[in-house]
Amino acid sequence: MAVKTVIEAIRDGMDEEMARDESVFLIGEDVGNRGGVFLASDGLYKKYGELRVIDSPLAESCIVGVAIGAAVNGMRPIAEIQFADFIAPAMNQIIEEAARFSYRTAGDFNLPMVIRAPWGGGVHGALYHSQSIEAMFAHVPGLKVVAPGTPADAKGLLKAAIRDPDPVLYLEHKRTYRLVKGEVPEGDGVVPIGKADVKREGTDLSLIAYGLMLTYCLEVAEKLAADGISAEVLDLRTIRPIDRAAIIATARKTGKVLVVHEDTPFAGVAAEVMAIIMENAFDALDAPVMRLTGPDVPAMPFNHVLEEAFMPNPEKILAKARELAAV
Amino acid sequence: MALKTTEVEAKGGQSRHRSLGLSDEQALRIYEVMRLARAVDERMWLINRQGRAPFVISCQGQEGAQVGTAAALRPGSDWVAPYYRDAGVVLWFGMTARDQMLSFFARREDPNSGGRQMPGHFGSRRLHIVTGGSPVATQLLHAAGVALASKQRKEDAVTAAFFGEGAASQGDTHEAMNFAGIHKLAVVFVCENNGYAISVPQSHQMAIQNVADRAAGYGFPGVVVDGNDVLACYEVARQAVDRARRGEGPTLIEAKTYRFTAHSSDDDDKRYRQAEEVAIWRQKDPIQRYAIYLREAGILQDPVEAEITERVNQQVDDATDYAEQAPDPTPDDLTTFVFKQEHKP
Repeated sequence: MAVKTVIEAIRDGMDEEMARDESVFLIGEDVGNRGGVFLASDGLYKKYGELRVIDSPLAESCIVGVAIGAAVNGMRPIAEIQFADFIAPAMNQIIEEAARFSYRTAGDFNLPMVIRAPWGGGVHGALYHSQSIEAMFAHVPGLKVVAPGTPADAKGLLKAAIRDPDPVLYLEHKRTYRLVKGEVPEGDGVVPIGKADVKREGTDLSLIAYGLMLTYCLEVAEKLAADGISAEVLDLRTIRPIDRAAIIATARKTGKVLVVHEDTPFAGVAAEVMAIIMENAFDALDAPVMRLTGPDVPAMPFNHVLEEAFMPNPEKILAKARELAAV
Repeated sequence: MALKTTEVEAKGGQSRHRSLGLSDEQALRIYEVMRLARAVDERMWLINRQGRAPFVISCQGQEGAQVGTAAALRPGSDWVAPYYRDAGVVLWFGMTARDQMLSFFARREDPNSGGRQMPGHFGSRRLHIVTGGSPVATQLLHAAGVALASKQRKEDAVTAAFFGEGAASQGDTHEAMNFAGIHKLAVVFVCENNGYAISVPQSHQMAIQNVADRAAGYGFPGVVVDGNDVLACYEVARQAVDRARRGEGPTLIEAKTYRFTAHSSDDDDKRYRQAEEVAIWRQKDPIQRYAIYLREAGILQDPVEAEITERVNQQVDDATDYAEQAPDPTPDDLTTFVFKQEHKP
């Protein structure tokens, strides 16, 4: 097994799927000659040519709408939104169109397409290069939403998303691109959509996270172990369809749960996870379910003091976890 | 005001339809589909006003623009992305009066949506009719994407996107035409300009006379055509489709036309249109105009007309009876097909 970064794993995933299946192609801003602003598609333009790695105009609705049409006509498009923050112009195409092609035709149409969107903060990206968008899209039936946190999951979930018969929003956390390294299995290594993963076993409390927060929670679990607290870390990996069984299992196992995300809290993913636990594992709880999230402000400011104040980080998670452990 | 006689002869003395490469049979087939679209629509209004179905949205007045342009395409291999008035387009592409009535009554067997969508929201993978929703202009980008796939696979299929001039104000219209122009995609954009976005007249939608003028900004031709002259619509569409199939890129056709009914069964067009204006346009009815042409060209004799009328009426009666008695979906149908999970028989 080779050690890769998240961005390398994503590039490998696209490359291997494009080599395997001629109907797979990439469309987005700067994905061609430039290789993407994060170099996610570096080298693919030369390898596959301009009809399979398409530099689009600066128009997100166009990127997604064209991908929908291509998927109707037998292709498997990967539509790249350069930053998740700029997905709003495509929301009509994603929510009103892509998410309901199957439902509104009673299964006559389906759309095998992936929308890749770099998301998340902690990169000095300010209001418009830092956002978390998962809750907005996870609310929409007909969409699958994945948010891997490790290189192996990034590649394996990307492959699953490309091969999936339905639209998948694939969220790749910008901060993890080069920060998070890990072993990636040789071969396909497909990671099924809808399956969470226990990244660290524990017995005293559960940390539930995804994306960059997974890395932070694993750090925190290590520190808690030094205090004699055994923390389990559950990586959701897929936001929707959410792995209810895995959430219920860890809640029942430890009786104490802290859900962590950098997205704002109101009607967010943590709220849904907490509802699942309350509805299914209330009798097993030893403490109220807690959450640590970004604050309820419109978006992440540029100034570093404000950015740090916005972002959950290992220190904040550790403090909250100790609070939970002490209940 | 008398109905204007259509010019029968083209330059060179041939009848117009033959000079366009249409046989007498094809010319009559176009007429019959226009008649069928109108007849199904009229029946829907009747049933709606009797309180037997909640909603209808009309093609009436626009059948010439619809069937004339669709007739230049190859059903089966070419694609269409219609909008909610395009009954004439989808009937030409193989939908039936039964299909339309099943959708109108929102029955389980409705091939467009299983009774989930309002009438007029057409879609059939088998017939190459891209499913449409209610937000306008989204289908123009879908058409560009369908055409991109054809180009990627080096297939010569042509995709036609249909929309009203109301949808021309949407950003997706600009994005689709821009993208199709850049990649010289085999797309024909057909704007059925009926003068109103529900109640808002063209003068409040744009500062120009012709939507087609915008084509220059995307690097392809824009053509204005009399949308109530079905052969003129066929002629410009034929040129646009041939150009697209040759790999020379898109064309924007603007068919100037008019809707005879209110926007929908829930609209009252007397609030924004003068009865005199509607009456003037009814004198330009594309079906009546074409009938006069066909009679003058000597191919629509009374017995032929009677046969067509009988076939149309029979289809509408059959479709109405069949669909009205067809079963509704069951509550269990509410939760199916959120994702691809089952294959349609």
